[in-house]
Amino acid sequence: MSAVIGISEEMIVEQGNVMYKRPDALSDAFTHYCPGCTHGIIHRLIAEAIDELGIKDKTILVAPVGCSVLMYHYLDVDAVEAAHGRAPAMATGLKRTQPDKVVFTYQGDGDLAAIGTAEIFHAANRGENICVFFINNAVYGMTSGQMAPTTLPGQVTTSSPQGRDVKLHGYPIRMAEVIAGLPGTAYVVRRSVYDARTIRQAKKAVVMAFKTQLAGLGLSMIEFLSSCPTNWHMSPPDALTWIRDTMVPYYPLGDFKVTDEMKALEG
Amino acid sequence: MSRGLWKGNEAIAEAAIRGGVEAFFGYPITPQTELLEYMSWRMPNLGRTFLQAESEVASINMVYGAACGGARAMSSSSSPGISLMQEGLSYIAGSDVPAVLVDIMRGGPGLGNIQPSQSDYFQITRSTGHGDFHPIVLAPSTVQEAVDLMYGTFLLAEKYRTIVILAADGSLGQMMEPAEMPPMRPPLTEAERGDFAVRGAAGRSKRIITSLFLNENELEALNLRLQAKLKTIQEAERRWEEIDTADAEYLLVAFGTVGRTCKTVLREARSMGIKVGLFRPITLWPFPWPRLRELAAGKRAILVTEMNAGQMLEDVRLAVEGRCPVEFYGRTGGVMPLPDEILEALAGVAHTHRSAANGVELSHVSGGVR
Repeated sequence: MSAVIGISEEMIVEQGNVMYKRPDALSDAFTHYCPGCTHGIIHRLIAEAIDELGIKDKTILVAPVGCSVLMYHYLDVDAVEAAHGRAPAMATGLKRTQPDKVVFTYQGDGDLAAIGTAEIFHAANRGENICVFFINNAVYGMTSGQMAPTTLPGQVTTSSPQGRDVKLHGYPIRMAEVIAGLPGTAYVVRRSVYDARTIRQAKKAVVMAFKTQLAGLGLSMIEFLSSCPTNWHMSPPDALTWIRDTMVPYYPLGDFKVTDEMKALEG
Repeated sequence: MSRGLWKGNEAIAEAAIRGGVEAFFGYPITPQTELLEYMSWRMPNLGRTFLQAESEVASINMVYGAACGGARAMSSSSSPGISLMQEGLSYIAGSDVPAVLVDIMRGGPGLGNIQPSQSDYFQITRSTGHGDFHPIVLAPSTVQEAVDLMYGTFLLAEKYRTIVILAADGSLGQMMEPAEMPPMRPPLTEAERGDFAVRGAAGRSKRIITSLFLNENELEALNLRLQAKLKTIQEAERRWEEIDTADAEYLLVAFGTVGRTCKTVLREARSMGIKVGLFRPITLWPFPWPRLRELAAGKRAILVTEMNAGQMLEDVRLAVEGRCPVEFYGRTGGVMPLPDEILEALAGVAHTHRSAANGVELSHVSGGVR
């Protein structure tokens, strides 16, 4: 992109001024994400972790149905496209037949916490040695803002125009806490990416999730609180603030499962 | 190799193993369960993958995942479980990956029962799920034929990168018969794995397996390619058995176990002086239309017999295109038609059409389900 203003990447490299560049595992591609959406940040964190661990050549992405359906264009790794909710089952098939590979799913809240609850629950319970990156933005983004299983009480969406009534629609599901309760899991945490501090914390968690799999310890899952300015009808900065002030109180950030083996890895 | 007494479900499992299956994912359902049970000890003993999934929905998506990696993967189920797999099968078809499935059919609709049936003909020979495609469907009539067909399923699936379904009614899964097992096929080498396989992009550019094509022209191109592949399969893979068709005035058309029953009917009918032949499709898709069309010309009538209310009957009519009358006799709900019943139905057909001129009674297509 820098060539547009007459400075090539090579010129910057020659001058030794590279402070921040695209990770190798992140494709040189335009994304289709809306301005202010934090999918891009999370993609980048995953790509950085893949680079740091040197696993690009043996990583397989199981892409979801939802806003990140085209994620396989944005990461430079082998990839498959799962049906809505079925990514953990597909990942199970891939990992069981190729245990030397690093297999991860990337799933939204409708995908993982509604239509695919059986698949994530049992993959976690079996302790499938895969990583699950769960993007919770409290809304169905791709279909333009319907109520998700993680939509907050009172939150207005296109399919809950009066706001989510828990008596009618049930309660938002805290998936990290649910999945952490299953013995097969090794590392289950909730992170966000609404400011520099939370992004750094999220990055560490992504590395830990991959390390969990590389050590063969079982299923790891990171729930990311992510923004959707378009369907929340907010400016990007307001959306980040909304994560911090409205989502975090219901979905507390933190570690819900870090097994002793994982603590040893961390130490 | 060795000849032994085999239960149908276990024979099919062993034939799949000898045919090279590397990964089995399944869920218990009667009358298929022995196949899964057999796999549960035999596969780990050979260092291969066995996993009992949480549902048929998960099973087929595990097969999909393993198959995307180039592994020989399969599942097995029975009718209600196959219904649950339709979504996954559609994705597999849209992604051009090879996969193998066994359907040990039981009575429907709904929960139905666990008795033998052929009522999945529609759901497995048409698109098994949304979209335009057909799996290859093989219908054995004996345990030995099930073994022989199963042994070839992976080669067939890989040749065309398609879904192959072995479909047998519950009685074939449950019965015991002598069968001879083929030799153990050597495992796939890395070089033999398809160049579509997703195994980590080491030393090559990344591969993507997807059934998503947002641009309508790209999706149409995929569909045209799929249709061309299906046409090739139709030309190359039609299989059937025919008996005593040369001098036959009447034709019995039946598949699977009923096809086998009709061999008894044929002998009895011939001894009664009814000149009847048997046409038994082995591939339900591609259905052997051209040969049946040839045979239909000059016949007084055709009697289609199935363990359903007349599903293959539609393909027979499409093949015959009015060249002779087509009659039907079927039992449903898990009831197996006995030779005497079919013979009686055939005698009735012979009586009705004894003087019919060839190809005249174009409108005379009646059906009977007892």
